[in-house]
Amino acid sequence: MTLARAGVEEIALVDLLDRLLGGGVVIAGDLTISLAEVDLVHISLRALISSVDKLMER
Amino acid sequence: MTEHSVYLYAIGEAALADSDELVGTPGVDGAPVRVVVAGQLAAVIASVDRKRFGEEAIRAGLEDLEWLEQLARAHHQVVDRAARSHPVAPVRMATVYLDDAGVRQLLSDHHAELVATLDRVRGRSEWGVKGYAAPAREASEAEPSSAASDAPGTSYLLHRRAERDRAAHGRQRLMEAADRLHDDFARLAVDSRVYPPQDPRLTGRSEPMILNAAYLVDDAGATRLAEKVNAATDTGLRLELTGPWAPYSFTALAES
Repeated sequence: MTLARAGVEEIALVDLLDRLLGGGVVIAGDLTISLAEVDLVHISLRALISSVDKLMER
Repeated sequence: MTEHSVYLYAIGEAALADSDELVGTPGVDGAPVRVVVAGQLAAVIASVDRKRFGEEAIRAGLEDLEWLEQLARAHHQVVDRAARSHPVAPVRMATVYLDDAGVRQLLSDHHAELVATLDRVRGRSEWGVKGYAAPAREASEAEPSSAASDAPGTSYLLHRRAERDRAAHGRQRLMEAADRLHDDFARLAVDSRVYPPQDPRLTGRSEPMILNAAYLVDDAGATRLAEKVNAATDTGLRLELTGPWAPYSFTALAES
C-alpha cells in the first residue's frame, strides 16, 4: 500500500461529498449562504442517486 | 459591472497569504483564489458571481449532479492545495459571504476557537477507512437435496428461513467486526468520526458498505493505520484506505 496523495481526479465523488457536505466548519449568519442545513445534504444525495439511476437506464 | 460575493474555502494562519501555489490559482467557477488576513488568521476565498452563487442558484445546483461535482472538485482542489503545507480548517462546501468584511468579522468573532482548531490539526491529516462486506463464497453451503421431498412447500420455506437467518447473522457478525476494527484504528488517532455507510448506488459496488470512518492522525499514526488496515484480512470485511485528506471531518466549531 502506498501513502501517496491521490490525484484530485481519482477521488470518488461520493467520498468527497461525505466530507464536503458532512464535514468542514459550518458558519451560519446573516451575511452567509451556507449548507448548514442537513436537509440540503439529503437533497443533494437524492440528486446524485437519481442521476445515477438515469445513467443506468441508458 | 458584475456584483460579487465571496466564496470561502478554508481558514488557516496568516502565512497562507504568502503561498504562491495557492494565491491566484483558479478555484470554483474559475475565480482566482485570494487570501484575506485578520491578525494571525487568514481565510482562503475567491470573488464569485453574486447571482450564480446566490441561495437560489446553490439550491438549484445541488439538484444537478454535474454542477455539484464541478463545485466539489474545485472546492477540494483549493482546500487540498492549502492543506499540503499549512494547517487549515476546511469550511463546508458552498459557504458564501457578501463581502471580505464579513469574512474578516468571522475570523475575529471565532478567533480563539479557530486558533485551537488549527493547533489540533497541525502536522496531522485525515485518513478514511471504508469496509465492504467481502463477497459471499458462492454456494458455500450446498442446496439441500431434500428440496423435492414429500413436502416441497414446507421444505422450501424452511430453506428460505434458514437462508434469511444466516444472512442476518452474517451481517451482525460483520457489524461487530467493523466496530472492533474501528475501536482499534481510533486508538491510533487523535480523533475519529463515523459516517453513515454509502449507498450502494453511489459506490457502484454490489457488496454493502459496513464501515465508513475517518481518523485524524500524524504521519507516524498514518503509517500504523495503513499497517493495521493491511493486516486486518480475516474479518470478512474488505477494507480500503483513502487519504491523506485535509481535516474536513475534524474542524467542526462548537455551537455558538
